[in-house]
Amino acid sequence: MSNLFELLKQYRDPVLARRLIDRIRALAKRLEERVLIMHVCGTHEWTITHYGIRYVLPENIEVRAGPGCPVCILPAQDIDTVIDLALEERLSVIAYGDVSRARGTMGLSLEDARSLGLDLRIVYSLQDAITIAKRESNKRFLFFGVGFDTTCPSTAYMVLKGPPSNMMFYSCYRYVPPSVGWLLELKDLEIEGFITPGHSGTVTGMEPYKKYFDRNPKPMVFSGFEPIDVLISILMILRQIVKREYKIENEYTRSVRWEGNTIAMSTALRVFKLEEGLWRGIGVIEGSAFEFKEEFSSIDARRIYGLEKPLKEDYMPSGCRCADIIIGKTVPTECPLYMQACTPQRPIGPCMVSVEGTCRIWAEHRVLSQLLRH
Amino acid sequence: MPQMCLGYPGRVIEIKGDFAKVDFGGGVIKDNILISLVDAKVGDYVIVHAGYAIQVLSEEEARKTLELWRSILESEEGEERV
Amino acid sequence: MNLPRRIKMEHGAGGSAMQQLLREVVLKRLGGMKAEVPLEELDDAGVYNGVVLSTDSYTVKPIFFPGGDIGRLAVAGTVNDILMIGGGPRALALAMVIEEGLEVEALERVLESVSKTAREAGVQVITGDTKVVERGALDKIVVTTTGIGFRHRLLDHNLRIVRRYREKLEFNWLLDRNLRPGDKIILTGYIGDHAIALLSVREGIGFKTSVESDVAPLNEVVERALEVGGVVAMKDPTRGGLANLLNEWAEKSGFGIKIYEERIPIRDEVRSACEYLGLDPLELGNEGKAVIAVVKEKAEEVLEAIRETKLGRNAEIIGEVVGEHDFVVMETVIGGLRVIPQPIGDPVPRIC
Repeated sequence: MSNLFELLKQYRDPVLARRLIDRIRALAKRLEERVLIMHVCGTHEWTITHYGIRYVLPENIEVRAGPGCPVCILPAQDIDTVIDLALEERLSVIAYGDVSRARGTMGLSLEDARSLGLDLRIVYSLQDAITIAKRESNKRFLFFGVGFDTTCPSTAYMVLKGPPSNMMFYSCYRYVPPSVGWLLELKDLEIEGFITPGHSGTVTGMEPYKKYFDRNPKPMVFSGFEPIDVLISILMILRQIVKREYKIENEYTRSVRWEGNTIAMSTALRVFKLEEGLWRGIGVIEGSAFEFKEEFSSIDARRIYGLEKPLKEDYMPSGCRCADIIIGKTVPTECPLYMQACTPQRPIGPCMVSVEGTCRIWAEHRVLSQLLRH
Repeated sequence: MPQMCLGYPGRVIEIKGDFAKVDFGGGVIKDNILISLVDAKVGDYVIVHAGYAIQVLSEEEARKTLELWRSILESEEGEERV
Repeated sequence: MNLPRRIKMEHGAGGSAMQQLLREVVLKRLGGMKAEVPLEELDDAGVYNGVVLSTDSYTVKPIFFPGGDIGRLAVAGTVNDILMIGGGPRALALAMVIEEGLEVEALERVLESVSKTAREAGVQVITGDTKVVERGALDKIVVTTTGIGFRHRLLDHNLRIVRRYREKLEFNWLLDRNLRPGDKIILTGYIGDHAIALLSVREGIGFKTSVESDVAPLNEVVERALEVGGVVAMKDPTRGGLANLLNEWAEKSGFGIKIYEERIPIRDEVRSACEYLGLDPLELGNEGKAVIAVVKEKAEEVLEAIRETKLGRNAEIIGEVVGEHDFVVMETVIGGLRVIPQPIGDPVPRIC
C-alpha cells in the first residue's frame, strides 16, 4: 500500500535541506546585490518562521510577506456593517476563526460585539455552519464569508446546492492573482521574485498570473508548504535571476497545475462574478472581489439590505504599520506597537489579530529582531 | 499550522454522495469532507482546506520533485554551473 | 502586567499566565518562610529541615484514560515531583473530594490504581481525607496527594561528582537554577503521549489513536541517573510541556537553552495528530518523563544508564545550556533557528 505520508516526510529531510541551502548560498554569492523575494500566503510565512528559514539564508537574500492573510485585508467597514446589520436585524453571525477578532473602524470586533448582544458562532467549515442553521431553524443566520479563492468555491457549491432557507451570505472573498499584479506594479519596492501561493494556486491555476507576468516579467514560482518546498522555490527563483530568464514555474507539482482546479473555479464563477474590491491597507484592486451574481440576490445580504460595499481607503489604528507590513514595505519589528501595545493577547492591528498575519506569526515565534541571523 | 489557508493531505477512505471520509494520519479521521470539487476516488490522497478537498495529490509528482532536485544538486555539487 | 480580575482556565494551565498568578497574587500573601527550598523557589517541591514536601491536585478529565487513570496519576505526579528535586519519596497523604452519584465501582478502581502505583513507587499512603459534595458541585472526583520524602540516598554521591566539574555549587538540592552553560539536557523519552491519549477520548475532537498515556513514577530512571552522578537539575514536563519547562529553567538560571528538533523523540502518530489539530508537541503535558540536566562530562554516561531502564529506553540528549543569550532556541530539522516561547498555558485543559 502506497504511503504518501511517508513520502511527504522527505519534504523535511535535513540532508536535502543542507544541500539546497549550500546551493542557495553559492548562487547568492554570484548575485552580490540584495534580492527581495515576496510570498503572498500566511502559511508560507508560517513555514518560513517556524523552520527558521531566514536564519539559514544568506545575508543578501530576503524573503518578505505580502498580503497573504484574508482577515488582515478584510475592510474594516465590512466588519462594522456585519455587526450593525446583525444587531439591527437580529441575525446570528457565523464566521471562521479569526474573523471574529478582527476590528472595525472604531476598534470593535465581532467578538467584542457579543457584549452588545451579538450572537456569534465560530466554525471551521461551511458544513458546520449549515448544520447549525438547520438545527436552529427559528433563527436567521448571516454567514460572513472571508477568505481567498481557496475558500470561496465551497461556499459557491453550497449555494448551488441550496443552503438552508434561514441562511444568507455576506461575501468578502478575494481573488489573489490581481493582487500579485498590483504588487508587480509597485514602484518603490523592488521585488525581484515571487513565491506564489500553493493552495490558492491549486484552485486558480497558474494561468491567471500570465497576463500580469507578461506586463511585468519577474520570477514566479508556485510553492508547497513544507520547508523543502520553500527552499527549492527560493533556489528556483535565484536560478532565474542569475540566468536572467524569467518565467512562471511550478515547484508544487503534486498539487498545482497550469489550469488549476477547473471544477472548483467554475463552480465559484457560476455563483460569483469578479469585481473591484477593497483590500485593507492597500486600496481597491480591479477584479479581485467575488460578488454574488444577480440570480443569487435572495441570499446576498448586501442586496437584501441595500448595503454599499466599501471602496474608499480603509482604517488602520493610529501608530499601526500593518499597511506597510502587508505589502512588504517593512517588517513587524519595525512597528512601534509590535510586542509593546500590540500583542497576540491584545492585538491592535489586523496583522496581529489573524493567525496568518505576519505580526502574529512573528510574535508567536518571539521574533524580536534580526538577532538570530547567522 | 494556522487553520485557515492550510491544506492538509489525507487519504480518501469512503465516499458517500458529496462527502468523503478522509484519514489524515495519526488517527485523525474526518468524515464530512466535501469531495465534489475534485475528481477523486477511494484510495486517492487529497489536499483538504476548510472542510473540502481542493485537489487530488499526485504521489508521482511528489516523488519526481524530490528525485529531480536531488539529482540536480548531485550533478552541480562543487561546481558553479546553473 | 495587569492583575487578572477573574480566574480563567489559563491560570491553571501551567504556563506564563499561571506564573503571573503565582507571582502577583499567591506569593504576595504566602511565602517568606525560612526553608531550605522555600515557596519562592517555585520548584517542583519544597524542603524544610531535610524533609521534601510536595502537593498536587488532580482534575484530569476523563478520570479513566488509555494507559492510566486519576489514581495512578495522583501517585506518580507527586512522587515524581519529590524525585525531581533530589528527594526519595516515602509517604503520601491522599485527599478526595467526590461528587455525589459517582459509582462506588469507579472509586474502587481509582483506589486500586493508587495502591498499585504506590507499590511501584515504593511509597505508602499513611493518611487521607474523604469529602462528598452534592451532584454538580464538581466533576466526578478531585484527588489531592501530598508527599514527603528525604534526601535521595544517592543525592550526595551525585553532587560530589558534580563538584568535580563545577567549582561552585551553591545548592544542596537539584534546583532549576543550578544550570550553567555547557550542561547537557537529556529528555527521557517520547513527548506528547499523555495529552494525545486524553484528547482521543474527549468529546468532539474525533480521532482514535493507539497512543497511551505515559503516566508512571520515575524512581528507576532517577536512581540510575544519580548513581552515575553529575546531575544538576531535573524536572518533569507536565503542564505546558517541554516548552514551558525549558523556559522556566532559562528564567530561573539566567541562561539560555538550545535544543535540536531532530533529537526530540516524538511518535509519528503524535506528530501527525498534532499537525492536524494545530498543536505543538513541545507544549503538551507528559506524566512519565523527565528532563535531566547533567554536567557535560557525564552526559553520555547518564544517558546510557537511563536507556537501560524500562521508562528511559528512548532517552536522548536534546540540547545544552548556553551563555550567549537567555532564550530557549531550537535548531529546526532544516538547520534553521527559532525561539521556543513560554506557552501562555497548556493547550489542552485538565490533563492532570
